[in-house]
Amino acid sequence: MAFIDRTARSLLLTELLSGMALTFKAMFKPKVTLNYPYEKGPLSPRFRGEHALRRYPNGEERCIACKLCEAICPAQAITIEAEPREDGSRRTTRYDIDMTKCIYCGFCQEACPVDAIVEGPNFEFATETREELYYNKQKLLENGDRWEAQLAANIAADAPYR
Amino acid sequence: MPKLTIDGIEIEVEPGTSVLQACERLGIEIPRFCFHDRLSVPANCRMCLVELERSPKPIASCANPATDGMVIHTDSELTKKARKGVMEFLLINHPLDCPICDQGGECDLQDQAVAYGLDHSRYQENKRAVKEKYLGPLIKTFMTRCIHCTRCIRFANEIAGVEELGATGRGEHMEIGTYIESAITSELSGNLIDVCPVGALTSKPYAFAARPWELKRTDSIDVMDAVGSSIRIDSRGGEVMRVLPRLHEDVNEEWISDKTRFACDGLKRQRLDRPYVRKDGRLQPATWPEAFAAVADRLSGLKGEEIAAIAGDLADAEGLMALKDLMASLGSPNLDCRQDGAKIGEGPRSGYIFNTGIAGIESADAILLVGTNPRWEAPMVNARIRKRWLLGGQIGALKVGVVGPDVDLTYRKEHLGAGPRTLESIAQGKNAFADVLKAAEHPMVIVGMGALTRSDGAAVLAMARSISETYGAVKEGWNGFNVLHTAAGRVGALDLGFMPGEGGRDLPGILDGAQSGAVKLVWLYGADEFDVSQLGPDADNGAFVVYQGHHGDRAAHRADVILPGAAYTEKNATYVNTEGRVQRARMAVFPPGDAREDWRIIRAFSETIGRKLPYDSLTQVRNRLAEVNPVFGTLDRLPEEGLGDFGEAGKVGSAGFVSPVDNFYMTDPISRASITMAKCMDEIVGRASAAAE
Repeated sequence: MAFIDRTARSLLLTELLSGMALTFKAMFKPKVTLNYPYEKGPLSPRFRGEHALRRYPNGEERCIACKLCEAICPAQAITIEAEPREDGSRRTTRYDIDMTKCIYCGFCQEACPVDAIVEGPNFEFATETREELYYNKQKLLENGDRWEAQLAANIAADAPYR
Repeated sequence: MPKLTIDGIEIEVEPGTSVLQACERLGIEIPRFCFHDRLSVPANCRMCLVELERSPKPIASCANPATDGMVIHTDSELTKKARKGVMEFLLINHPLDCPICDQGGECDLQDQAVAYGLDHSRYQENKRAVKEKYLGPLIKTFMTRCIHCTRCIRFANEIAGVEELGATGRGEHMEIGTYIESAITSELSGNLIDVCPVGALTSKPYAFAARPWELKRTDSIDVMDAVGSSIRIDSRGGEVMRVLPRLHEDVNEEWISDKTRFACDGLKRQRLDRPYVRKDGRLQPATWPEAFAAVADRLSGLKGEEIAAIAGDLADAEGLMALKDLMASLGSPNLDCRQDGAKIGEGPRSGYIFNTGIAGIESADAILLVGTNPRWEAPMVNARIRKRWLLGGQIGALKVGVVGPDVDLTYRKEHLGAGPRTLESIAQGKNAFADVLKAAEHPMVIVGMGALTRSDGAAVLAMARSISETYGAVKEGWNGFNVLHTAAGRVGALDLGFMPGEGGRDLPGILDGAQSGAVKLVWLYGADEFDVSQLGPDADNGAFVVYQGHHGDRAAHRADVILPGAAYTEKNATYVNTEGRVQRARMAVFPPGDAREDWRIIRAFSETIGRKLPYDSLTQVRNRLAEVNPVFGTLDRLPEEGLGDFGEAGKVGSAGFVSPVDNFYMTDPISRASITMAKCMDEIVGRASAAAE
């Protein structure tokens, strides 16, 4: 009995027709392909992209040179040197991230007690040379200044879950 | 002997042992902040509470002596609750600034809060804030962090002997400070930083420089004075970040002097990092072969008597051995290690070492200090004498007599006179202190370099020996004759016989020879502490000077060839301290630039002149050391020797003894290059001398 049933289905091309029906249905659905780079997909507030060093609203840099990010970095991509600033406060004289070593685990921003080092939403920072990926403090602070609005919004959005 | 039960284990302890110490003996850790093994017990932090059965409330284990039949619980609910409560109170006013605190990572409060505290705070009100205090150029304060354990006050009063720290106010308003703003004038003040269990007192030169987890630790030996304190060198990359004390009960206990601790920034400045050769009157950078060739050029054709070598205060035994062997192969008898002209080294070893040992001071009952200011020449020895003096009530009073400079030594002493005339009257029994020495069971005589570097030094030495012998300072089981050195390399050099050979010249002889033209080449091995101008103005009108050392200090400016060597943190080296204790310093970082370990330099040079020294490795050099003097076959052992015959009886002068250390903070090329030491000098020595005027 099963033999007749299977043979009849094959001869009547039912598999082919059901496949064609699915194709036909998809033709009327909206497209999922994004026209990158003119269109971009949604990102979670927790997205871990390019690093940035943030500032307080009054312009004071947040980083206090506690070196916890350096200590926790599993790839040892962060290098920090510190000394007292003229006003006696603890600040970095050097804050380097080797972006070629970084594995974007996000431990640095977890470790940071003052939300200074963060991984922002930017993932489009490809460069032509490796040297450009050795970020120094100035570059990181510039990143912070450029992305501050979004960085602050992301931290605020994630705050209820911390 | 009281017998008590701790956590179900029965233990018998000596009477007077505290419950905390009894717990420690069983390996049970009791958290504490105010209790410190070497300080008095105030019992004010309450962290060490433990449950005592049949007691209505927990007891402070540090202050309660163990008594018979006590039943103690250290892990009961009551104990845990008590610790949590105390910790919560301590943290009420402690700021949450661990990320910017230099103590972070090595903080007692941090560790114990994790181990015994709550995970959250119920305190919502404002925290207390306290103004920073100024304690001088070495100690940085952050008084808001203070938990009022009073360890610093007790250290200053008890160990350092300067009553400059105190507490004002009560309860929450209590503040630690100097009351009148001033720097702490103790040479042991750096230990306050170690003693502080939180980040209230931290090191100013090391501020924010590094974190404890980044540092590489190397156990080594200090060379800033002749005590040879045990130290730990913390380095990062190729840089020495700080120096901390290491426990050595017989030498420095767990303290070190400020110079030992803070002079390490001098290791980064004024360094000789490449060879130099003088051309056209100017020192020009050169390569090693060029520098060697310049020396070899000059050496060729010189007779042995025309060559001389002077060893400096920081010279290590390996380098001295190589230099001595080199001079021997060149046929030169002109060697000297006594840059200050001290009349020591002839005769037996007991004539130039600290025979009693530093720990031996604790059993002395009368001490005669001759021409020395131990507070500045060897702070650890002075701290020991003070410790013994404080024990006075328990084991009989210590009487200290001083012949020499009348300075504040932090303990009560009798100033007998300024110079050798007083010493003579003691030797003849005319001075009252002679009776004190006679009556004492374990008398000590400590002779400093201030008494031995004079022209009548040998006579003073002989007199000190006769005092020791006639007043019972040398007997079965006790040798009370001591020489207190100021140079870390001196005893090692004397042990190796780095002294004029048969018909050789000593230091004044070498200098005379250089001026008269009889000595044509002088090899200075880190020797900076004599008048370099006496070597003549330049190589043509004086001696050709080869300077081997690590700092561009006094002698390097006169040198014709500079061979850059390694400082004590940069080589595996052997030093013998003033007690005659052989100790090893270890390499923490590499020497800068082209600089090399000193014995290797001499060994390499010997090959270029075709007189190759017979050793290629450190082990071989050390075997050679032990061959020359078996003492070098031992390590960290106190020699036990009777007193031999030394010194030369003779007439003594009338001038008073002067301590060779007139400025505690700058005594050698390293501390002279240190900015921190310069600041201390301005602040502490400068102020003291201004007050004296």
